[in-house]
Amino acid sequence: MKAQLRRYALFALVVVADLLLYLQHPARGEQAIRSALDYLVEMLLFIPPIFVLVGLLDVWVPRQIVEKNVGPDSGVRGVIISILVATAAAGPLYAGFPVADALLRKGCRLANAVIFLGTWATIKIPMLMMEVKFVGLPFALLRLALTLPAIIATGYLMEMILKVGETGRFAQGAGENKCSVKPL
Amino acid sequence: MLFNVTLFVFAAAALCISFRRDRQKTKKALAIAWNSFRNLIPSMLGIIGLIGLMLALVPREVIAGLFGNNSPAGILLISLAGAVTLMPAFIAFPLAASLLQSGASVMAVACFITTLLMVGIITAPMEVNFFGKKFTFWRNAIGFVLALVIGGVMGVVLQ
Repeated sequence: MKAQLRRYALFALVVVADLLLYLQHPARGEQAIRSALDYLVEMLLFIPPIFVLVGLLDVWVPRQIVEKNVGPDSGVRGVIISILVATAAAGPLYAGFPVADALLRKGCRLANAVIFLGTWATIKIPMLMMEVKFVGLPFALLRLALTLPAIIATGYLMEMILKVGETGRFAQGAGENKCSVKPL
Repeated sequence: MLFNVTLFVFAAAALCISFRRDRQKTKKALAIAWNSFRNLIPSMLGIIGLIGLMLALVPREVIAGLFGNNSPAGILLISLAGAVTLMPAFIAFPLAASLLQSGASVMAVACFITTLLMVGIITAPMEVNFFGKKFTFWRNAIGFVLALVIGGVMGVVLQ
């Protein structure tokens, strides 16, 4: 119970800050609360289906399929699949955390999971269209061309760093030792 | 918006197919979905509140005024701002455009955008929750360095 309450500490702090701001500068306080509510609504409009899909992925997709396509021996194919799936994804990066987590628990290679997260964060089709519209095609294309190799390098670097001397979750490419989703 | 609708339709269709095939498994999938959602709520509420506060306290003009020149301190400052800030693309790119218009350098804006996308300090607690401290630290540290490199190259090429 205490641990549960502690998880709301940040939220409680924010509420206090909002209240103080509102008392000092009502207009700004109102703006802070209003944009927070806007974001909340916006998130509730895409997070539920993502979690439903993660749940379905968990019960339906057998470990072998994930291992074969993005697992330790998937090579270049695994990298390409990770990138393509993530560019099609919707929502901010933290919506990708549970998906990457589920993939890892299903036997996805660590490098591919990191590449998946990196792509999710930086390259998305609707985002690129926004980018072209506001800062122009050269900016968007150059960023894309430089970001792709950077993401792939990050994936392999992370694997090197986390696998060395690691006994836990990332030791064998995927671990089932630690589950964020409690087994039922 | 179209994206969200597509996502909902896709999830609903997948759920229907799953339910027809196997009720037990579908129930289990929904329980997993609910559990992960419940785990996310506390940090999500906190982060959303922080974004609201940030948007109210740091007006656009202030940011734009600070990064007119290409000084290393300015670049580092805007990169750190990018690493700390969390905002969706539909706010970030208009903001980037307004920064450019108000005289910020391409390099500063490119560093801001790349660190914004590749590094997430605010979401780090959530990332730790899922993948652990070591993973979160290294992914963000490598991301920050590479984002600076990318921003620097973009600044030089697009000058």
